[in-house]
Order: sequence, then C-alpha cells, then structure tokens
Amino acid sequence: MNFYELTIHEAHNLLKSREISSRELTKSVLDRVGSVEPRVGAYITLAGKTALAQAELADKAIAEGNITPLTGIPLGIKDLICTKDLRTTCASKILENFVPIYDAFVIKKLKKAGAVIVGKVNMDEFAMGSSTEHSSIKLTHNPWDLSCIPGGSSGGSAAAVAADMCLGSLGSDTGGSIRQPASHCGVVGMKPTYGRVSRFGLVAFASSLDQIGPLTKDVTDCAVLLNAISGHDKGDSTSVPMDVPDYTTFLEKGLKGVKIGIPKEYNELPGLDAEVLEAVKNAIITIEGLGAEFVEVSLPHTEYAVAAYYVIAPSEASSNLARYDGVKYGLRDKDKNDLMEMYKSTRSSGFGSEVKRRIIIGTYCLSAGYYDAYYKKASQVRTLITEDFKRAFKSCDVLLSPVTPTPAFKIGERTEDLLAMYLSDIFTLSANLAGIPGMSVPCGFSSQGLPIGLQIMGKHFNEEQLIKVAYNFEQATDFHKKKPVL
Amino acid sequence: MKINREEIVHVANLAMLDLNEESTDTFAVQIDNILQYIDMLNSVDTEGVVPTSHAISLTNVFREDKVKEHVDRNKALANAPEKEDGNFVVPKVI
Repeated sequence: MNFYELTIHEAHNLLKSREISSRELTKSVLDRVGSVEPRVGAYITLAGKTALAQAELADKAIAEGNITPLTGIPLGIKDLICTKDLRTTCASKILENFVPIYDAFVIKKLKKAGAVIVGKVNMDEFAMGSSTEHSSIKLTHNPWDLSCIPGGSSGGSAAAVAADMCLGSLGSDTGGSIRQPASHCGVVGMKPTYGRVSRFGLVAFASSLDQIGPLTKDVTDCAVLLNAISGHDKGDSTSVPMDVPDYTTFLEKGLKGVKIGIPKEYNELPGLDAEVLEAVKNAIITIEGLGAEFVEVSLPHTEYAVAAYYVIAPSEASSNLARYDGVKYGLRDKDKNDLMEMYKSTRSSGFGSEVKRRIIIGTYCLSAGYYDAYYKKASQVRTLITEDFKRAFKSCDVLLSPVTPTPAFKIGERTEDLLAMYLSDIFTLSANLAGIPGMSVPCGFSSQGLPIGLQIMGKHFNEEQLIKVAYNFEQATDFHKKKPVL
Repeated sequence: MKINREEIVHVANLAMLDLNEESTDTFAVQIDNILQYIDMLNSVDTEGVVPTSHAISLTNVFREDKVKEHVDRNKALANAPEKEDGNFVVPKVI
C-alpha cells in the first residue's frame, strides 16, 4: 500500500507504532501531488519544503513520546484560511501575492497538534461558486471524471482528498461549499454549527453564514479533525463558549432509538436526478435496517431558501469585500493618480465576474429604498426557515436528504446559466441560513461512475449525532473504500 | 424588469467598480433574472416576523479595554502595495 492512500487514523496508528515516519508519509503525499496535480489541479500553492520541515519536527515529537491524533499528518488547506508566511490568495487576482502575517485560529490549533501543512488548495474566488470554475488561478478537475467539476467552492479540498493528495483538508461552507464538493468527489464533509469553529483568520465572504469544517476520507477522520478545530476563541466574538465533546467517542455502532426525519418537500423539488433519489432511498433502507426510526417532517419554506440566500450572502459579501481597496494589502493599480480612480481600477481588474456580480447584487439589495424589500424581507424568511427546522427537530434527531440534485456536471456546462448553478445549492443552503450542522457522506455512484452523497443535518451543536449516524451508515456500506483511478 | 442598464452602472459605481460596455450588458440581463427570481420572497407572509441577522443569537461580547500584544508596524505594512516611512501611501486625495 502507498502511504498517501492512508486515512488520518490509519496513518496515526502507524506513526504511533513507529512503523512509518511523518517524513516518509509527507514525502509520499508530495510525490503523489507531483504525479497527479497536472491532471487534477487541486493545489494553488505547494509548501513542500516547510511541510518536510514540519514532518521532521513531528517525528522528533513522536520520538519523545508526544503524539496527538494529528501529529505528522499531511493536510491541505483551502486558500482562504490564513497561514502565516504562506501565500493565501482566495483564488483571486486581488490577493494573488498576499502573504498573511498571522495564522487563523484553526491553523494555530492544527500546528499546535503537530499537523503538517502540504499546501493551499483551490476554490471558487472568495468562495463564491459551486464548481471551482470561478477560481482566477486555475481549473480543478473531478478525480472521478476529469471532464467534470469537483464541486465548489471547496473544490480543491474535495479533489485533493479524493485523489490522495493530502490525508484530510479544511474547507469553508457558506451555502454548501464543503458538503457539495464532498458529495461530488465521494469524500466526507462536515459543516459544523455556526459558532462551533472560530472564523478568526478565515477570509470573510458572508459573516453570518461562513463556517470552517473538515473534508476527509472517512467519518472517523472527520471526528478527529473536528475535535482538533472546534472550540471557543476570544478572537471571534461569534464563536460560542461551549464545551466540545470528544467526537470520536460517538464512533460506535447502533442506531436504536435514533429518530430520523425525511423532509417531504425535498422529494418534490424540481430537477432532482433519478439516480440521486435512488441512492438516497437505498441509504434510508440501509439506515432503517440498522435500527433507526423514520418519521416524515415538513420544512414548508424550503422553496424560498435559494432566494433568501442570494439576498443575504451577496449583501454581506458586498460589505466584506469593500476592504479590497489597493491600500493595505493585495493588488493595486499604480498608474492611477486619483484615489477614487485607484480604488475603482484596482477592484475592477482584481475581482472576477462572479465576485463583481455578487457585489453588485448585494450593493443593490442594501441600497437606499431597497433595503426593506430585499435584505429585511430575506432576513425574515430566514427566521421562518430556521423555525421550520426547530419544529422538525421536535420529532426527530437528524434529517436525511440528498446533498445535490445531480451528480457532478461537466466543466463549462452551467457557467452561462447562473440561476441553474444557484439552484443546485437548494439542499445545502438552508443549513447555513439556520446555522445548523450538516454533513455529506458517500452513498452511491451514478451509472457514469460519479459519486453521490447523503446529507445528514442536525440540531444546533449536535455534530456528534451526525457523526454517529454517518459512522453507522459508512460501516454498513463500502462506498468510502472506492477510489478514483488516476 | 427589476433593474436596467443605468441602474447597474449606478450600483457598480457605488461599489467602486468600473464595468465595460459588454459586462454591463451581460450583468443587466443576469442580475435582472436573479432579482426576478428573488421576487418570490414577496409571496411569503412575514407580517410580525423578527428578522434573523445571526443564526446563533449571542449578546454583545465585551472585554476589558486593555492594551494587548499587537501587530508590529513593519509587519502591518508587510503586504502594502506602497509604503513610506512606516505609513501606507495613497494617491493624492485633495
């Protein structure tokens, strides 16, 4: 077996028993990246040298008996999480040469745990997109079919994990950006509850929706990585001061007594692919066989989620992205001698089309005379969507649904039809609006051989329940063991 | 129609963006489509519904107003496109 194929927990056991070294493991991952990167295109910046130095430090720590579940484990980080002295581009021309002077809270935690950072992975520019085609740096291909998109916006994360170019990855999820690419690439992805993981050092897209989370090869690794990054941070006043359970203690068999809700509205949504529906139905049968009880629930405001989201997210983005003005960091048009002209010229050449479009939508929705009709209205509908979930969770512990209406689509297929692209987020963005945790686990393959994901959503701060259900499902199936041929 | 070409130019201007002729035309059509879709929110009865600004409602988080470890001036300027004598340089304002 090649070391790069290992999961985090498998590699940890081998590191602990000293059967392999982190240097060997990291070298193996770097070699793997070297051989498949030209086809997959997952990495924006590779940090081979510092990764090997971190690996040597990890080996030293292990030799001294200091090992955490992440010591010496090579990880890929989405390129909008600040890494000290390692370029962080957000896949945008405007930050192409930005080198952070500090680490994000989650990176500090990973470094303290002894993890190795292999590099920074691709994404849609500023996390705005569902296919990673909006990256201004490069194109990422789905490892299962190189002519297809990997999903987005954490497409580089999902592709890198699926193609064994890192053992695990951190992504961010504002409307499905972890779960959707995880589903398209056949890996496990979790968006934690809003506030569970600090956003300090995460470049902001929509601050009331953004959340960092893990993308991994299996559910056990998801629990391990979530353990490492969760918890309160004084540097993020929206991170919640609550104890974090040891998520790995929920990796136990048995779903007796667990109540699972199926939202009836989800079956009626237009555009749901027959093979996706079939895979999710089979997953329900499997989970029923494991002892869980099923109830039908109703989320009556589901059909309004996309509209509410595409007011709220662009509005927050238009405000957050005002900071890119060519003064403190990033790109600057140095030919302009007038301040206003410099701002405009810098922003116009630095941002890609999708980012500009969303800034314009957001600015419009927040502008005088339109605020009540758009932002306030959408925020009220957001309340109704959240109440739908609260009501549903009175009769069940978790909800099951598809992650995406279709398997991964072809590169270029939807770049012209924006609304179709936005509508493909219908199953995932409600969780961000309500702030609840959501997870994607592999649950099948299409006739074309493309992965299909099952979404599990839960109550606020109840990630452990998602992990429990996902783990039981995973142990009863072998979808997570299949690998793309590259 | 929810938004026309002139309004796109106006809003882009507010957002400090210059659009060329071609992208103004494309954006006008695309953004109008999206706004028309968003219009469906008007069919929801939201009378008396409190808007959500954050999914997890936290009250204000306060801390003591004390000087803590802070960013060194040179480091703060490390990514500046143009700097001079420990300051950011901008084009003439007045």
